[in-house]
Amino acid sequence: MPVPILKQGQVLIASVQAALTDHDLIQLKDELADKVGRFRARGVIIDVTALDVLDSFATRTLRGIATTAQLRGAQTVVVGIQPDVAIAIVQLGLTLQGVATALDLEEGLELLRRLPAQNSTP
Amino acid sequence: MTGELRVAVSREADIVTARQLGRELAAKAGFAGSDLTLIATAISEVARNIISYAENGEILLGLASKDGRSGLSVVAQDHGPGIPNIEQAMQDGFSTGKSLGLGLPGARRLMDEFQIVSAPGKGTTVTMHKWHR
Repeated sequence: MPVPILKQGQVLIASVQAALTDHDLIQLKDELADKVGRFRARGVIIDVTALDVLDSFATRTLRGIATTAQLRGAQTVVVGIQPDVAIAIVQLGLTLQGVATALDLEEGLELLRRLPAQNSTP
Repeated sequence: MTGELRVAVSREADIVTARQLGRELAAKAGFAGSDLTLIATAISEVARNIISYAENGEILLGLASKDGRSGLSVVAQDHGPGIPNIEQAMQDGFSTGKSLGLGLPGARRLMDEFQIVSAPGKGTTVTMHKWHR
């Protein structure tokens, strides 16, 4: 199921609605890379509140999305990682190093508002 | 093993199906909270391993009991190329190039028991258990 991407000001919001296949994740990465340029976005928010699993592939792809967006001039914030999912990521031995995170959409938007306009290295 | 459920794994969407059915069965077996997520994530890793290296295989989910403990068993089996060096494959970060190499060692950390049987040309069988605390 493809992820809807909304535009709010200079921010793109990808709101994951249901479990994602590997293909859906790669499609999300490609679409965001394209839309960051098309809409001249400065920020990307990926809302994963609905996800009950973030396995090694999903975690790696989220990192890839953040790096890709950063190379295109936009900052990414992953929001809504559920507590159990966070525990599983840690136990898997993974991190989301270099990717900004926030508790929920509201906090994510606030974080992007406070980030400096220029790109920083993740 | 009782209450066995078989999930054929031959395409990416089956990874999602397998972990969702695994979560449901684990909930029926009395697991709750983060255990459900740990089990579903481990199933996701072993299912992906089948797709990445063997193209197709199956996952068997069942209730298990041993030494007075009860829990859930997950068996992932394929008839793919097999793993020549299991010790190496179980090291964090080891990969033959299709992943980060965290799938199998990660799945082992998420579950209570983890066994892997594999030989070149003979496929791979991963057996995992999660026991009630």
